[in-house]
Amino acid sequence: MKTATHASAAGPVKPVRSRFKRFWNNKTLMLMCVPAILFFIVFAYLPMPGLYLAFINYNYSDGIFKSLFVGFDNFKFLVMTGDLWRLTLNTVLYNLAFILLGNVLQIVVAVFLNELRLKWFKKVSQTLMFLPHFISAVLIGLIAYNILSYDYGLLNGILTALGFEPVKVYSNASVWPFIIVLTFLWQSTGYGSIVYFAAIMGLDNEIIEASEIDGANALQRIRYIVLPWLKPTFIILLLFSLGGVLRGNFGLFFNLVGANNTALYATTDIIETYVFRALMTNFNFSIGSAVSLYQSVFGFIVVITANWLVKKFSPENSLF
Amino acid sequence: MDDAQESRSIRTDLSGHVVKTVGYLFIGLFSLCCLLPFILVLGTSFTSETAIKKFGFNFWPREFSTFAYKIVFENPDIIVGSYLVTIGITAVGTALGLFLVAMTGYALQRPDFEYRNKISFFIYFTTLFTGGLVPFYLLITQYLSLKDNYLAVLLPGLMSPFLIIMMKSFVRSIPHAITESAKIDGAGDFTIFLRLILPMTTPALATIGLFIALGYWNEWYNSMLFLSPDMKYRPLQLFLYNEITRADFIRNSAAASNVPLRDVPLESMKMATAIVATGPVIMFYPFVQRYFIKGITVGAVKG
Repeated sequence: MKTATHASAAGPVKPVRSRFKRFWNNKTLMLMCVPAILFFIVFAYLPMPGLYLAFINYNYSDGIFKSLFVGFDNFKFLVMTGDLWRLTLNTVLYNLAFILLGNVLQIVVAVFLNELRLKWFKKVSQTLMFLPHFISAVLIGLIAYNILSYDYGLLNGILTALGFEPVKVYSNASVWPFIIVLTFLWQSTGYGSIVYFAAIMGLDNEIIEASEIDGANALQRIRYIVLPWLKPTFIILLLFSLGGVLRGNFGLFFNLVGANNTALYATTDIIETYVFRALMTNFNFSIGSAVSLYQSVFGFIVVITANWLVKKFSPENSLF
Repeated sequence: MDDAQESRSIRTDLSGHVVKTVGYLFIGLFSLCCLLPFILVLGTSFTSETAIKKFGFNFWPREFSTFAYKIVFENPDIIVGSYLVTIGITAVGTALGLFLVAMTGYALQRPDFEYRNKISFFIYFTTLFTGGLVPFYLLITQYLSLKDNYLAVLLPGLMSPFLIIMMKSFVRSIPHAITESAKIDGAGDFTIFLRLILPMTTPALATIGLFIALGYWNEWYNSMLFLSPDMKYRPLQLFLYNEITRADFIRNSAAASNVPLRDVPLESMKMATAIVATGPVIMFYPFVQRYFIKGITVGAVKG
């Protein structure tokens, strides 16, 4: 307490000058950051107050400030219709499947790649497995259509050739969780496995050699050396991705399912696709914003929790 | 060395063979699964519409035809224009974005920069909390009046916290002593960045530039939100998206009204458009994939 008053009494003259001087010394570095600061102000911070839309009954002709203030009515509506619960459940469950299956498959690919000895085979297969990562979401939707289309799709071509009845995939909601998860794994596994592969590369060769001299076979080597070595990477990646568990992959869902295939909403509607429809199809800006605000607030809480867990597990990897 | 080699080959036991065989099979099959869908699109694009109607989509064209490509290039003006739009947005966006990301990343990594933690957090916070789609849409269309303007696609893609963090981790590997000695010689901060740091970080710049470029080339989300299908020259992915939805629309409405379709090769045309829009990326990426590998290993675990 004493030191505080002392500092504020002596303070006024000196800190102002040195603060200005400090600013002046940093002026060029500051200027170098100005474009980025402006960029994030405009494209990230300016939209944030727009979430006020969630608390009004937005009416195009009245604009934001004259539209009726309704408090939490939009949220009540979302809860009463069950929309919020369905969207949350879909978004979270899909993400959990993506994260868990994705990481496991990435580890499997990385471990196997490390066991292969043919150089050309490794190179070619890695290039092929990266391929799906480099294409746009639009093409992913088209590829799925190529395989699943009722009239011409490859799947039905094979089924009918084998004497089965063709299946109507695009009107059968129950199969879509499998299709979406498979497509996600198809697209992301190759590229995602790089992190694990790089981690295995960092494993000291002497440890491997020592284990071989001690008579460990390939399975034992993987089980007792490689997998435990990957465990920290796995846990950190897992926690990081869990932070984004309320964020949906709009491009994937939108292009696979299509803009207005209502038959599939029960199992394929996630927060992002719902907000998109609220905006572009139903022009219900307030409902869309209410869902976004809910997503941002809970997403924030989840990230903070995930980061807290990372910090406990491995302080040097935590974000803040 | 010879001894170790020998003892290893003696010890190569059954489990080693099993792991290798399963590994080759698994990796081989998975690679094939990654490749085949592209062959399917390619094969279908060269198949005549009548063969598609009869046999469905196939890897190998039952009846070879380049008709779909002829239709796509029927108005070369439009497809060439779309290409130029995409190339233009990608080139300008990548050059500008790369410069800004590098500049910001360098400044934020300077240990003697007072406000680096505050600004870093200011940027990072945008990944934690967002305004969501509706306010963003209103901002672009009503407040910035960028509807049907290529800037609506170009501007939002310039920077991302992810890329700035990646640049910071790259710059971290350059000793600060280099900056310090240049300062003693009287160089300004911007000159140091431009003359000294940029040339030393070319691999990093290649990586970040490729991330930005790939993002622009595959960009369809902002294009779909802010550019209308009536625009004559649209970015390639939007053009592809519009062609797909248009073909579905024509087929559905023809089916509903029982009017026979006119001789437009709808199915093969979609595939041909997809090949034209994606071809350059697929031909180009094997040569630059090592940069993408570098990017994800630098940026992924170490934030």
